[in-house]
Amino acid sequence: MSRRGLLRGAAAGAGAVALPSLLTACSSGPGGDSKTIKLGSNSSDAVPKKAFADAFAAYEKQSKDGRKIKVNTVDHNSFQENINRYLQSDPDEVFMWFAGNRMQYFAKKGLLYDISDLWQEYKGFTPALKAQSTGADGKQYFTPYYYYPWAVFHRKSLFTKYGYEAPKTLDEYVALAKQMQKDKLDPIGFCDKDGWPAMGTFDYLNMRTNGYDFHKSLMAGEEAWTDKRVKDVFDTWRRLLPYCQKGANGRTWQEAAQSLQKREIGMVVLGMPHPGQQFPANERPDIDFFAFPEINPEHGQDAVEAPIDGFLLAKKSKELKNKKSMESAKDLLRWLATPKAEDVYLAGDPNNIAVNSGADLSKYTPLQKKSAELIAGAKQISQFMDRDTRPDFASTVMIPAIQKFISSPNDVDGLCNDIERQKKSIFASE
Amino acid sequence: MALNTARRSGRRGRRRFTRRDLVVLGVLLGIPVLLDVAIVWGPTLASVVLSFTSWDGIGSIKWVGTQNYANLFTNYPPFWPAVRHNLLWLAFLGLVAVPFGLLLAVLIDRGVRFSRFYQSTLYMPVVLSLAVVGFIAQLIFSRDQGVLNAVLGNTKNPTDWLGDPNLNIWMILLAAAWRHTGYVMILYLAGLKAVDPSLKEAASIDGASEAQTFFRIVFPTLRPVNVIVGVITVIESLRAFDIVYAVNHGRNGLEVLSVLVTDNIIGEASRIGFGSAIAVVLLAVSMGFVVTYLVQEIRGEKSR
Repeated sequence: MSRRGLLRGAAAGAGAVALPSLLTACSSGPGGDSKTIKLGSNSSDAVPKKAFADAFAAYEKQSKDGRKIKVNTVDHNSFQENINRYLQSDPDEVFMWFAGNRMQYFAKKGLLYDISDLWQEYKGFTPALKAQSTGADGKQYFTPYYYYPWAVFHRKSLFTKYGYEAPKTLDEYVALAKQMQKDKLDPIGFCDKDGWPAMGTFDYLNMRTNGYDFHKSLMAGEEAWTDKRVKDVFDTWRRLLPYCQKGANGRTWQEAAQSLQKREIGMVVLGMPHPGQQFPANERPDIDFFAFPEINPEHGQDAVEAPIDGFLLAKKSKELKNKKSMESAKDLLRWLATPKAEDVYLAGDPNNIAVNSGADLSKYTPLQKKSAELIAGAKQISQFMDRDTRPDFASTVMIPAIQKFISSPNDVDGLCNDIERQKKSIFASE
Repeated sequence: MALNTARRSGRRGRRRFTRRDLVVLGVLLGIPVLLDVAIVWGPTLASVVLSFTSWDGIGSIKWVGTQNYANLFTNYPPFWPAVRHNLLWLAFLGLVAVPFGLLLAVLIDRGVRFSRFYQSTLYMPVVLSLAVVGFIAQLIFSRDQGVLNAVLGNTKNPTDWLGDPNLNIWMILLAAAWRHTGYVMILYLAGLKAVDPSLKEAASIDGASEAQTFFRIVFPTLRPVNVIVGVITVIESLRAFDIVYAVNHGRNGLEVLSVLVTDNIIGEASRIGFGSAIAVVLLAVSMGFVVTYLVQEIRGEKSR
């Protein structure tokens, strides 16, 4: 081999190393097919994946310009973990994400496309929905699609069998739990192996004790976790623990929902899709719920935790620089915001409810109807702890803290001090 | 043509390398060195630098000095448990799994009945990734639906093997050791096969007992295998990640350093500066072992 050949070989070798990055850099330059909309999806579970496929097919069918959607589905958790890098490198034009703080965080970083103009056309969304779709700068970035409430779920038949009544207040809740213990049931299902399900209980306890406004400022880092009001929340929680399933840190939400299905527990605080997905189809009509009981009469049951999922435009997407592609992407959002688009989706996934007031309620299951009423009657809608506060705070501080509380609930002071110290260092980093 | 150049250069006397040789050497050494710098040392140094900043992966990089480290040592509850768990992992694999693997290897090497069957059964877990071992562990240890509680029959008050923070690390170590033992056993088996039988014969002629033969004759000849096993054990314990991540994302009693790094850097959190500081700690611990090992090896090389 000649020297030149060798050098050429070396250059090719170096090229091979650099090649993958070059390839990704020019995989999809602007000026591509402006009628094909690329959409990043985190709906990797079978039921929602199928339902979304139906909805997108319906969009393609009604599109007079022959627009198509190319869905790029990523595993739900990986999508979440990579969202930062995804939005910064070469994202799809449209992507699925969550409302609230988790959206605002990226809006603030300039990674989302302002769609305030679309919001002027949108119809059928309540002011609360608009607020959850709005960034800190007052512009809208998010098109809501569906949501689902968190509540205390139980089996209708079990409640009838023992003659239980849905409790209104915490005292009634505890009394019911005591009765269930007498009836040889584990009263309250409890799970936190995944780290997030118990956050829902905290959110409700805090909103019922201290009100939505305090909850919101606590999540925004404006209140101290060492405040007596927060400690009260943990004290109330400790009062409930004797009636909760033991070993929550070793139990997934699937297992908790299954113990509800197997009639081992009396009730459980979860989101609507959770029991929905774990019950066999013929037992689903037996699922029922009541709103989380009142603790402080001043706040009653006025707040409902109802995380909203929806669609956004990624600012860094190269295609969006092309006017025609942008028009296509906006056309898709406009369609997704219609009641009909939601109806198509919900036909395939009855574990959620539509956000648009014009959606067709006639096909709702009784459970969906009740959920819609619950949310409609709410004065305030919270998202969920990991959507209402900073993602780094929720995942690196609150998950370990709540798990620690569950396994050793007696040192509330130490726990709150721990959280507050870490909160200060995280919220100070900006 | 190539040969001619070589001969001519040889005649020229002192110069040992032609330009051509130098180019070849330069390219062949240069590419790996470049790759090493770009892929290994670059990111390593970048981590060290980033560990003194606060950066969320999007905005500007702000210099914060040693604040991340101060935070880490005093104000991050999972940190010290993670350090303890990594060391415990090392001790458990080194002091339990390795000797047990050696024992199994010796037994099988002596040709107990069905030794081939044992050999393959014990080796089986090695082909599984630790993440898969984690899933299997959950099938066995899960509180409500696990095999172990079903077998023990304590349905009244079942033990929460994976949820109790005082207990779960031991269960995970057992699962990790299940795999590691097979790995170690195979390495020792290969080593034992290579021991010259005449050494053992000589020992038995001299009247050595079996134990004496093993500890004085066989074991010293296994030195190269011991070194490999030691290195593998250290690597396995420091990079422990997949199994705890599969079980509960390394929380609530299963903290290890690598998970804390991922939680802070890869996750939605993106506390890249803080996560880098944890990575630097992990690097420092690993360097301790690497340097000790290299020093030992180089000394051994010299004395040989």
